[in-house]
Amino acid sequence: MPVEAIADKGQLWTIILGLGLGTYLLRFSFLGLIGNRSLPPLVLRMLRYTPMAVIPGLVAPAAVWPAATGGETDPARLIAVVVTVLVGIRTRNTLWAMVAGAVTLGLGLWALG
Amino acid sequence: MASAPFTLMIVPFGALFGVLATAQGMTVTEAMAFSIVVIAGASQFAALQLMQEGAPILIIILTATAVNLRMAMYSVALTPHLGRASLWQRILVSYFLIDQSYVLGAAEFDRRPDWGLAEKLTFYFGVITPICGLWYLATWVGASFGRALPAGWPLDFIVPVSFLAMVSPLLQTRAQRVAAGVSAGGTLLLWWMPYSSGLLVAALAAMIAGAVVETQEERRHAG
Repeated sequence: MPVEAIADKGQLWTIILGLGLGTYLLRFSFLGLIGNRSLPPLVLRMLRYTPMAVIPGLVAPAAVWPAATGGETDPARLIAVVVTVLVGIRTRNTLWAMVAGAVTLGLGLWALG
Repeated sequence: MASAPFTLMIVPFGALFGVLATAQGMTVTEAMAFSIVVIAGASQFAALQLMQEGAPILIIILTATAVNLRMAMYSVALTPHLGRASLWQRILVSYFLIDQSYVLGAAEFDRRPDWGLAEKLTFYFGVITPICGLWYLATWVGASFGRALPAGWPLDFIVPVSFLAMVSPLLQTRAQRVAAGVSAGGTLLLWWMPYSSGLLVAALAAMIAGAVVETQEERRHAG
């Protein structure tokens, strides 16, 4: 990871305030402004899928083309991804999934390194 | 409390955010501002990941905000319980609206139909504000002491592993797995699109796919 990835402090504060404002408006939306009206059931159903709709897409390019290897697919990282997901699904426990993924990554980098 | 482990996840993730934020060049103050202004772990990690990839600023804000679209659903869910509070109370309720508010608050309110608005607000602020306090504190610890970690750790990959650890326990139904598959596959297929915008398109497609599969399964069970 580049140590000075955040060189431009103005940009950093724009991100903090922009993300903070957008997130706050989502939180305030119904409680604050729209009152007792609800959203159509289909929209509510879609919103429930946001974690699984955004996060795998966010991770996939970093998993397949990691920046640390210059974009070349790295078996240690791919195996760690698979182990994390399988342990997470099986145990339904974030902490176990994270430990399993981190240990696999450490072992993989050491063995295949 | 059955949800205690879920609540305690706040601590390692807050600390990890502090460590990674300072490793990317943020000061302790900036990392703290992030956690206090945004208080939404997954979107904060999303912003870190995209900053590390050098994505354009607007895409970073849009994508990280998209991670928080579920907050609108939480807002809908709490409105029948807290919608009649005064405006300034609702302003505060909204600030403290996090995953735990929904999971702990909405569940408790449904179990206590006898509770009035005052009891619900007392429970909400009594339970949720300490959790948010832990989030700030954990970020501060991680940001202040993270540099003591040994060099050479594959920090670049801790964010993807944490993300998958957060999302994979949710992948229990076919609809949830289809949504995750469309999201990951779609983003890889659309990687040629400018400014990482393929991720937003794939996320929208994944939300639709999840909702459609869930509707189909419901029909199958009903019919």
